Order: sequence, then C-alpha cells, then structure tokens
Amino acid sequence: MSINWYLCVSAIVFCIGAGGILVRRSPVVILLCLELMLNAANLAFVAFSRAQGNQDGQVMAIVVMVVAACEVAVGLGLIVAIYRRRLPIDVDELRELQG
Amino acid sequence: MAEVVFFIAAIGAIAGAAGTVALRNPFFSVLALVGHLLCLAALFLLLRAEFVAAAQVVVYAGAVMVLYVFVAAYVGTEDMPVGIAPSPGLRWVSVAFAGALFVELVIAILGTGLAALDGDGRGYFPGFGSPGEIGKLLLTRYLLAFEVASFLLLVAAVGAVILARRREGLEPAGTVSVGDLFSTTDRTGTLGPEEQGTMLEAGGSPSR
Repeated sequence: MSINWYLCVSAIVFCIGAGGILVRRSPVVILLCLELMLNAANLAFVAFSRAQGNQDGQVMAIVVMVVAACEVAVGLGLIVAIYRRRLPIDVDELRELQG
Repeated sequence: MAEVVFFIAAIGAIAGAAGTVALRNPFFSVLALVGHLLCLAALFLLLRAEFVAAAQVVVYAGAVMVLYVFVAAYVGTEDMPVGIAPSPGLRWVSVAFAGALFVELVIAILGTGLAALDGDGRGYFPGFGSPGEIGKLLLTRYLLAFEVASFLLLVAAVGAVILARRREGLEPAGTVSVGDLFSTTDRTGTLGPEEQGTMLEAGGSPSR
C-alpha cells in the first residue's frame, strides 16, 4: 500500500474531527472530536515514520498519546466541575469569559 | 492481503469518526470512537508500528475511553443538548470549513514532491517498531521528551483531582492550592461522622 493512502485517511479523519468541533455543542463530544484530530495526526506520524524507515515518528505518536491523556483528564474534570455547579453543559451557554 | 485489510480498517476508521460526530447520544459517540481507535490500531499494525498499536488498544481504547464512559454516565445524556449549532448558517459554514481543510490537505499530500510517499516506504529492519526498539529510543535519544511527558501527566492528574473534587458551593479564586492539599497535618482526611470513605461519597451527589 502506498503511504499516500494512509495520509488520505488521516486527512479525512482530521477534517471530520475539525467539522465536529465546530458543529457540536456538548463539551463531551467536542473532546471526542479533539481525540479524532489527535489520532489523525498520530496516523500521519506513523505513516511518515514508515515512509522514512526510522522510528522517530512512532516515538512522537506515543508522546501525542500522553498529551491526549492529559487533555482528557483535565477536560473531563472541567465537565464534572461544570455539572456540579449546575451550569448548563453547553458551550454556547458557558460564555462568562466572553469579553 | 494487505490491501484488503487496509481498506477494511480505513473504512472502519472513517465510519467510526463520522459516527462520533453524527450520533446524538454522547454515549454512542464514545462507542463509535472506540471502534475508530481499534481500526486505527489495525492501520498501525500494517505500518509496522506494533508497540504504538498495542498502546493504542490498551491505553486509548481501554483506559481513556472508560473515563469517557464514566463521565458520560455521570453527567447523564437526557438533559444534555446534543443538537447541532444554533443557526443553520453557522452549520453550513462549519461544514464548508471542514471541506476546504480537506481539499487543502489532499492538495498538499498529492502535490508533494516527496518521492518516499509514493512507494511502500523504505525497508525496515527486524524488530522495527517493537517495544524493545521504541523503549531504547525513548530512554536514549528522546529521554528529555519522555521525562517532560511524564511530568505533564503528573501535573494533569493533580489538576484533574483538584478540578473535579467535591466543593461546598462557589469558592473565591485563589483559595485552593496544591500546597494546601499536601501540607495538611491531619492525615485522616475530611471524612464526616457517618461517611465510610467510599468512592460514591467522594463523588458526592450533584446537589452538594
């Protein structure tokens, strides 16, 4: 299989994730779409690592996984905190930080 | 054979991604993402990245997704607005943006001058992508990245505990610090007289 095919799959998944972040309003689903984008980047890293014949891209993919895990922990903690305060779980309603 | 596996996994990955975005119930979105991650692990195996594929299944599809399922179950799905963007105009702008991004990426991929992308990739040695080889790289060449990532994980874990812990109403900013949590001399914690120290009590009811 040509490496180009993997990169096309990565591009499709990345764009689905980007569109989902823009379209959806629930913070849980927005975090899920963020995971989609990170995973698309991971696929591109691993594909380039195979194309170049060295393993640096795979190490980078593992670092991206760690960053994604951190983002999930903090993001879900925020969602739980929002829920405890009985605020609406909707990113359009949570606009207190808007200038 | 590799082509058949690739197309099955690629279609599965794209369908899982589309399901994550399109399904209205966040719980089903999480399940679609689990399927997407498993298909992606198959793609990683095709690319000779064994360790990354194993980590993807165990860490991502296993641990991280369990966290999502817990939060989706805790927050509940019935009162969650799962609708689409408020105005249809914004929705079309979003879809158009995603389409434009895709066109741009495909132009970049297909128009690239990198000859390595047309073929199967360069040759690989035995053990390419195995846990031993990746571990050797992580502990020699990428030691700094490895340590920084582990520190980031520690910071995020402490931050998540502080963010999601039980609060008694609104507190003014600046009253909570990590130092306060660790400097307390009372090691017995804050158990009430009738509490047992179970996870259910730690979560608390939303009314508290």
